[in-house]
Amino acid sequence: MSGQLSTEEVAHIARLARLEITEEESATYAGQLSAILEHVDAVRRLDTAGVPPTSHAFELRNVLRADEPRPCLERDEVLAGAPRAEDGRFLVPRILGEEP
Amino acid sequence: MSGGARAGEDAAIEGVAGYEVVVGLEVHCELSTATKLFCGCANAFGAPPNTQVCPVCLGLPGSLPVLNRRAVELAMRIGSALHCEIRPSTFHRKNYFYPDMPKDYQISQYDEPVNADGYLELPGGARVGIERAHIEEDTGKTTHVGGGGRIHDADHSLVDYNRAGVPLVEIVSRPDIRGAEQARSYVSELRAVLVATGASDGRMEEGSLRVDANVSVRREGSEGLGTRCEVKNLNSLRSLGRAIDFEAERQVAVLRSGGRVVQETRHWDEDEGRTSSMRSKEEANDYRYFAEPDLVPLVPDEELLERATRAMPVLPAARRVRLSALVGDDTAADQVTTVVDLGLDDLVVAAAALGADASLALRRAANEAAQRPEQARRIDAGVFARLLSLESAGTLSATQSKAVLAEVLESGGDPEEIARRLGFEALPAAELEAVLDEVVASHPAEWERYVGGDDKVAQLLTGLVMRATRGRANGKAVAAALASRRA
Amino acid sequence: MTPAASGALALAAQVRAGERSAASVLEESLAAIRGRDPELHCFNALADAHARERADEVDRLVASGTDPGPLAGVPVALKDNICTRSAPTTCSSRILAGWTPPYDATVVSRLAAAGAVVVGKTNLDEFAMGSSTENSATGPTRNPWDTGRVPGGSSGGSAAAVAAGMVPVALGSDTGGSIRQPAALCGVVGVKPTYGVVSRYGLVAFASSLDQIGPLATTVAEAAAVLEAIAGHDDRDSTSLEQAAPRCSEVLDDGARGLRVGVVADFLADASPDCTGAVRAAADVLAGHGASVEEVALPELLHGLSAYYLIAPAEASSNLARYDGVRYGLRVDAPDVETMNGRTRAAGFGPEVKRRVMLGTYVLSAGYYDAYYAQAQRVRTLVARAFARAYAGVDVLLAPTTPSVAFPLGSKTSDPLEMYLADLFTIPSNLAGHPAMSVPFALGEGGMPVGVQVLAPALGERAMFRAAAVVESGADPRARGPVPARGAR
Ligand SMILES: [Mg+2]
Ligand SMILES: [Zn+2]
Repeated sequence: MSGQLSTEEVAHIARLARLEITEEESATYAGQLSAILEHVDAVRRLDTAGVPPTSHAFELRNVLRADEPRPCLERDEVLAGAPRAEDGRFLVPRILGEEP
Repeated sequence: MSGGARAGEDAAIEGVAGYEVVVGLEVHCELSTATKLFCGCANAFGAPPNTQVCPVCLGLPGSLPVLNRRAVELAMRIGSALHCEIRPSTFHRKNYFYPDMPKDYQISQYDEPVNADGYLELPGGARVGIERAHIEEDTGKTTHVGGGGRIHDADHSLVDYNRAGVPLVEIVSRPDIRGAEQARSYVSELRAVLVATGASDGRMEEGSLRVDANVSVRREGSEGLGTRCEVKNLNSLRSLGRAIDFEAERQVAVLRSGGRVVQETRHWDEDEGRTSSMRSKEEANDYRYFAEPDLVPLVPDEELLERATRAMPVLPAARRVRLSALVGDDTAADQVTTVVDLGLDDLVVAAAALGADASLALRRAANEAAQRPEQARRIDAGVFARLLSLESAGTLSATQSKAVLAEVLESGGDPEEIARRLGFEALPAAELEAVLDEVVASHPAEWERYVGGDDKVAQLLTGLVMRATRGRANGKAVAAALASRRA
Repeated sequence: MTPAASGALALAAQVRAGERSAASVLEESLAAIRGRDPELHCFNALADAHARERADEVDRLVASGTDPGPLAGVPVALKDNICTRSAPTTCSSRILAGWTPPYDATVVSRLAAAGAVVVGKTNLDEFAMGSSTENSATGPTRNPWDTGRVPGGSSGGSAAAVAAGMVPVALGSDTGGSIRQPAALCGVVGVKPTYGVVSRYGLVAFASSLDQIGPLATTVAEAAAVLEAIAGHDDRDSTSLEQAAPRCSEVLDDGARGLRVGVVADFLADASPDCTGAVRAAADVLAGHGASVEEVALPELLHGLSAYYLIAPAEASSNLARYDGVRYGLRVDAPDVETMNGRTRAAGFGPEVKRRVMLGTYVLSAGYYDAYYAQAQRVRTLVARAFARAYAGVDVLLAPTTPSVAFPLGSKTSDPLEMYLADLFTIPSNLAGHPAMSVPFALGEGGMPVGVQVLAPALGERAMFRAAAVVESGADPRARGPVPARGAR
C-alpha cells in the first residue's frame, strides 16, 4: 500500500536529515508519517497529465545585481554566535565523511 | 573490495597494454568577479579567515541570495568560448551536510545548465566534447588540526567561510579524453581559454582551477565504457597526469586479476603517488535536488549575450590556426603551440607584417623569446622585425642575433646599436676576402676537394673563417664568398 | 486606555502633532505587556532598551520639526522569526535560543523609516510550523478571549498581543495561513500580501516559495497603513516584485458599488455553522453596499492542503538543514561532526519540526520526488488555474478563514493531521501567491470571534482592502479586539 513507511525507511530518512533518533522514535514517526502520506496521497491520484509543475509563485526572470562590493561583517560579529571557534575560524569535531 | 582490487592497489607494474584509458574531466573554475556569486562580499584570495563574509554567504537564517550579473556574463563567456549552446537555465539546491557549506546545501545548476553541448579543440586538433558548463557556488575551506593535517586522523577541524559563495563554473567534459597526456593537454588548453576570456586567473596553485578526473579502462577496440572511478585532489597538471596513469594501471591490474572495478571516489596522494578509496561508508549520496525557490530563472537575452561576448579575444585554437597559416610549415606545430601558449603570437604576426621572415620569427619566439615570456610580450614588433631582418640579410650571424635578442629582452633598445656595442658589426668584405685567402692557402687539400664538388668540406672551411675572425664573420656571407670563389 | 485601543493611526497622528510623546506611548505599551504577558505569553523577548532609544529619537525628530513618518511612535511587535539586531531571534526553537542576528530584516528597516518602534519579539509555533502556537519551545501562547483556548498559529503571539491591547499592530508571517488563521481566532485583522510585495530578507525561511510577511491590526485601515510602510521592492530579495507597493489606504472609503464578489462554495461545507454563517452575512453586507455576489465552484482548492503538506515540508527540510551546530545556535558535543549534527538537531528541534523535516526529506528523496513533490507542484498549478478561472468573473472571493473558532489548548496536539486541517481555507492563496486577509466579523461558539476571509488575485490588494473595509463596516463590533482581560471561561 502506498504511503506506508517502514521503521528502516524512517531511519534512512533520519540519517539523510541528520536527525539522531531512537528506535522507538523511528516507530512513532513511521506511524505518523504514514498517516500524513496516506492523507496527502489524494494528490497522487489526481490526473495532472500535461500540467506543468509550479516551483515559484510568479515567473520572474533575470533578477541580477551589479558586481559591486558591499561591506562584510566584522569578524567578532561573525564568530559571536559560534558554539566553538579558534584562530578566527569555526571549530568542529573530527570529520568522518568525505566531501561529495 | 575484491581481492583483485587489493592486488591492483600495489601493482601498477604491468602497464595498460591492450587497454584504452578513457577520461572525463570536471574542472571547477573560480570566476574573476569583484564580489561573490550571491552577495556583495569581496571575491578575494588570501584574506584573514572569516573576514570576507556576510549574512548571505554565512547562510544566516533569513538571508537570501541575489545573483551576480558579472558572474553570469563570465559564465556565458566561457560557454561561448567552448562553443556551447547558451540556454535558459535554473538554479537548484543540492542538499548534503558538510561543515564547509554554510546552508548545508549548495546552490548549483542541475537539469538546466546555462551552457551545454560544446567542445574544446586541443593543440593537436582533437576535439573534446563539453557536456555542460554550469554556475554554482564554492564552499568554505576546512583545515584539519592534528594527525598530520589528514582529515580522518585529525583531532578537530577549523572552518573559514571566506571562499564560501565564490562563483564557480563547473566544466564537465565528455569521456573523450584518452590518457594522461591528453588530459594534461585538455586542462592546459582550457586554462588558456579561461585566462584569455578573462573569466578566470587560472591559478591552479591558489585553487582557482580544480580538476577531478573520471577514469575508466576498456579493452582496446571495445565500444562500451568501463566502470569509472572519480579521482580527487589533483592540484597540478603533474598530479593529474600521474594520477590518471596510476589509476588506469590499477584498474587494468584489477581486471587482469579477474576482479571488478568498483565505482567509487578515490583520493590522489601526491607524496605516495597513488590513489586510495575515499568512501568511509557505503551510503550512496541522495542530494534531493529541487528548484531553488529564492532565485528565479536565467534567460540569455540579447543584452546578456552581447555583454558576455563583447570584446571576446581570438582564442588559442584560432590563434594557432592563424600562426600556422602564416608560417606555412606543418612541422612547426610544437613551436606554434608554445608561442600561442605564451601569448607571443601577436609579436610574430606583427613582425611578419613588417617584413620579417615568419619562420625565423616563429623560431626565435619559440626558443629564445620563450625563455623570458614576460619581457618578450613587451618588446616592440618593429624592433623584433628589424633584428630578424639583420639576421636574414646576413648582417648578423644566428649566434649574434640571439645575443642581440637577449639584450633587447633584458633592457630593450635598438638592435643595430646593441649589435655595434657588442662588436657585431659586419666584417668588411675586403677583410673577409683576406681571411679567405689565408684559409685557402693554409688548407690546399681541403680547398681542392671543395672545388671538386665536395660540399661537406664547406662546413670545415666556414668554421676556419669563423675562428680566424673570432665569430665576427656572418655564416651566410662566408658561404656566399666560398661559393663565388668556386664558381 | 492601552495604545492598541487608541489605534495605531490615532497614536501616530498625536505623536506627529506633538500632542503625545512616543516615549509615553511606548511606556504604556510596555506596561500593558507587563500586565498581561505573564498570563498570555505573547512575547519571547522585549527590545525595551532599544525601543526607548528609538522612541526618544522619534520625539527628537518631532521636536526639531521633522516628520518621523506615518507610523511615528507606533509600538510594533514582531514575530520572532524576523531578524533583529535589537533582540534575539529564536523562531521559538531551542536550536536558536539566545541567537541575536548581526543584521536587521528589511521590514525592520522599513518600519524604522516609517517612525515605528519595535517593542519585542512574539511567540510562534517553532519555525512557524503549526496552527496553535503550542509547538513553541518557550511554551504556548493563550488566547486573550479565553485563556483556555489557543490563539491560532503560527503567528499566535503577534495576534494575541494585538488582541490583548499590548501593541496596536504587529507583524507575522504567513506560509499557509499563519497570519490569517490566528487573526481570525483572536478577533483581529490579518493580511497576507501578494508573494513578493513584502521583502522576505531577514524572515527566517520556513517554505521559501510560500512565506510572506504581513500585518496584524485591530482595523482594516491600520493594517493598510502598516502594509504600505513595509511593502515595496527590495534588491536583497530576488523574488521581490518590481511593482510599487499597492496604495490600499486610498480605497478604504470607496465602497462596494460595482465590485464583483464570489463566494467559494466548496469551503462552506467544511466549515462550522458559525464560520459559514459569517461568510454569508458578510456577502450580504457587500451586496447591500452595491456589490454583485455569486457563488463559485472551485473544487481544486480543496486539494491545496495535500499539495501544501508536500511542498512546504520539502522546502523546510532544506531551509532547516543549516541548523547543524557549526556556526550559531545550539551544539550538542560529540566526537565527530556527523554525530554532533545529528544530536544537535535531535535536541534542538521539537517534534513537529522533526516530523516535517523528515516528511520533506522523504518526498524529495530518490524514487519519491516525482510521485510526491513534482505531483504536488502540478496540483499547485491546478490551484492557480482554478483561481484564474474564478477571477475572470469576480474581483474578490469570500471564504471562511478557519473551519471553526479557537479550539481548546491541547485538543489537537496529539494528531498532526487534525491540526493541519485548520489551514484548509488559507493554504490555496499561498500556493497561488495571491493576497488574502481575515476580517473579524461575528461572535461564534463560546463568544469567540469569527473571521471572514477576503481573497484577491495577484496584486489585487486594492480590491481586497476595499471589500474588507465594507465587510468591517457591517461586522459585529464586539467581535473585534482589543478584548479586555477576562481570563478562562
Ligand atoms: Mg559541482
Ligand atoms: Zn557574503
